[in-house]
Amino acid sequence: MKKNITQNIGFLMLFLCMIVTIIFLGSIIYFISIRGFKVISWEFLTQGPRMGMTQGGVLPVIIGTFYLTLGAIFFALPLGLACAIYLCEYSPKSFVVNLIRISINNLAGVPSVVFGLFGLAVFVNFFKFGVSILSGSLTLGMLALPLIISASQEALTAVPQSIREASLSLGATKWETIKNIVLPTALPGILTGVILSIGRVAGETAPILFTAAAFYTRGYPKSIFSEVMALPYHIYALMTEGTHPDQQKAIAYGCSLILLFMVLLISGIAITLRQRQRGVHV
Amino acid sequence: MYNKIKIKADNVNFFYGKAQALKNITIDMLEKQVTAIIGPSGCGKSTFIRLLNRMDELIPNSSMTGKICLSGVDIFNCLCDPVDIRKRVGMVFQKPNPFPKSIFDNISYGLRVNGIKDKLFIEEKVEDALKKAALWQEVKDRLHESALKLSGGQQQRLCIARCLAVQSEVILFDEPCASLDPISTAKIEELILELKKDYTIVIVTHNMQQAARVSDYTAFFLLGELIEFGKTQDIFTKPNDLRTEAYITGRFG
Repeated sequence: MKKNITQNIGFLMLFLCMIVTIIFLGSIIYFISIRGFKVISWEFLTQGPRMGMTQGGVLPVIIGTFYLTLGAIFFALPLGLACAIYLCEYSPKSFVVNLIRISINNLAGVPSVVFGLFGLAVFVNFFKFGVSILSGSLTLGMLALPLIISASQEALTAVPQSIREASLSLGATKWETIKNIVLPTALPGILTGVILSIGRVAGETAPILFTAAAFYTRGYPKSIFSEVMALPYHIYALMTEGTHPDQQKAIAYGCSLILLFMVLLISGIAITLRQRQRGVHV
Repeated sequence: MYNKIKIKADNVNFFYGKAQALKNITIDMLEKQVTAIIGPSGCGKSTFIRLLNRMDELIPNSSMTGKICLSGVDIFNCLCDPVDIRKRVGMVFQKPNPFPKSIFDNISYGLRVNGIKDKLFIEEKVEDALKKAALWQEVKDRLHESALKLSGGQQQRLCIARCLAVQSEVILFDEPCASLDPISTAKIEELILELKKDYTIVIVTHNMQQAARVSDYTAFFLLGELIEFGKTQDIFTKPNDLRTEAYITGRFG
């Protein structure tokens, strides 16, 4: 009897914690949506900004964020995946390799503004890519790299040894085993890593502050060497600069909603892909 | 009936780090015969069988001495590629380990990695292997469903079919029925007797009756040593060594 009461109190506490979390998440979406929807219209989504950012739309900004995110994943995914495969499958278990692993995990904790400064020094100035999509993508890619590596490593380690052995025992080489058996099995986990890093990269402001973002550009980005507007930086700029705070604030909320929606959309696509992968063979 | 020696182990020692897992194993296994390896857990049965297709070398810090010959050729010769050895010496593991792919892809995988691209040929081989493994009737209508949907016994027969498709000469069974129910076990045993016509079979088992039922020769391992080796009939009726007798009559192990 007494045990039951304790148990019920325990469950109640857990339930309350869940409710509090949901309230927080729900209120974020609620407030952003309420304020954001006021400015969102067909024009807002399909045109460029006008009248010193107080009117018009944010299409170039959306496109800018899209390019930067895509670019970052384009650089980080192959590099990170290859690195994870090497660390998991090929590297001998030694002190140096362990050190590399720890460094990669630590890299994930480096503040993003430090990545921004690094990008400014290396990509913008040293390689002379200038303030551009290329520099921004590379900097954001650096940020995503440790996330992708550690998620991929986890996914690769989770592939059971028994099916690797089965593949080897059929006369497959190590690489054939990795390519045909290990990677497809680990794919859902790797995709999770990519999803997480997309969410992170799309919303980052500091790394693109000095490397890619401009408060205002005329028209759309023309090449990977042009600077771009991007949603997170645009929100920041709208809230801190300019001469019409009220109108700008409304637009900033609109941008936030779009950013939120974009991240949800990209994650949604990745989750669907993952489910489909799982659905086929489980 | 005269059979050639298929596998010849000569003075094999094997070490995990400093711990010796196998001590001076010398044994001849005949072609197209079933050799059972029995012994208590940790006696080196699995270690030994995994040497026969060079799977042991995947374990870090392991080392071996001695010689193992397959059809007279030393498989640990530095010119021998372990990948080639594993093509010729297939293995069925303790737990069914199908790939998370379709039934068809599970079987065709071995062919594909061995460079076969002809679709018709692959289809033929897949059907052939499934028939030989007595699984065809049960799966012919769902070849493209996930292999993980099959029951444990079916999965194990799928793993056997996977081995058969690559045209190996020897099949190693590492406690193939350890996780199966009696009916599935009976099917696997039937299958082993059938496969004996074309393959040399080595089976590790904890099940004394199974060894007696399926094997022609039996080897008894204890603490890394080969205690006794001979015709199954002899081992089970008049063992020479007291330890063998104690083990098969169930006094230890």
